[in-house]
Amino acid sequence: MQAEEKMTYEKWPAAPEKSTLEAKNKFLGFWLFLGGETTLFASLFATYLALKDKVPSADAALAKDLFDLPLTFVATMLLLTSSLTSVYAMYHMKNFAFKKMMVWLGLTVLLGLGFLGTEVYEFSHYVHTYKHTFTSSAFGSAFYTLVGFHGAHVAFGLCWILSLMIRNSKRGLSLYNAPKFYVASLYWHFIDVVWVFIFTVVYLMGMVG
Amino acid sequence: MTNQQLNSGNPSVDIEYRRRKSAEEMRYQVVSFSLMIFLTLIAFASVAIKGFTSWFTVPFILLLAAVQVVFQLFYFMHMSHKGHEAPQLFLFSGVFVAILTVLTFVTIVWW
Repeated sequence: MQAEEKMTYEKWPAAPEKSTLEAKNKFLGFWLFLGGETTLFASLFATYLALKDKVPSADAALAKDLFDLPLTFVATMLLLTSSLTSVYAMYHMKNFAFKKMMVWLGLTVLLGLGFLGTEVYEFSHYVHTYKHTFTSSAFGSAFYTLVGFHGAHVAFGLCWILSLMIRNSKRGLSLYNAPKFYVASLYWHFIDVVWVFIFTVVYLMGMVG
Repeated sequence: MTNQQLNSGNPSVDIEYRRRKSAEEMRYQVVSFSLMIFLTLIAFASVAIKGFTSWFTVPFILLLAAVQVVFQLFYFMHMSHKGHEAPQLFLFSGVFVAILTVLTFVTIVWW
């Protein structure tokens, strides 16, 4: 099928994210990228685990002094829910319901912003209350690199989804932009996958000791 | 759960069928989301409730995280669908390298 073809509800294919050659390539290339991202985050996780609680003096804050269960819980719920809202967006994309897709993508962006807000609050709290900074200890460097890298991915994903929404707001759905929305939602789920390990390995295991 | 070869020759029948198919799939997505929330709640609860040793809690929450990620990958990211052989190869290679890296760092490098 041609990407430029004007689409109608009847003509919309069952797998709009993979029905042109460009879309197929995008799909394949993006999964290769996600495989690479997995190893990238693995190296950051490994560094964090090796350097956890490695601080220069006895009065420096350790993981179990820093982390706060309720705040982590709120952040986790925000990000998990945003994963579901982007599933809803792709559901409407497959049904050629452009407006509904945009509404659910908008919700995803709002939840993602909420998540970033909690993270900014959390980091500033650590810096000001506990003097836990990027340069205060090996533990601090490893922590901020891992969690901050994830936060940067969230921020990038938000910019990505927002620019797709703005750029295509008057175009409606086509086989040209459907794969773009699909790939962005895959990225968003991947961010959620990484967060599942961050809240488990960094926060929950940090509080256990 | 593919919908590749669903041509009955009648477009409106096909669309009706596809709509119902994806509505059904969406219900599975909501179920897997509820399970993910449930697993998260258990993980947080097992840390919040004092009295478990860390020898129990740590492997337990790691297991919950692994199960939850499988839900994300196979349902939310559609890896259970047909035509995902290459994505599986890429992702599982990534996971393999990831496990090796973490294993190396926590056992050999910094001891």
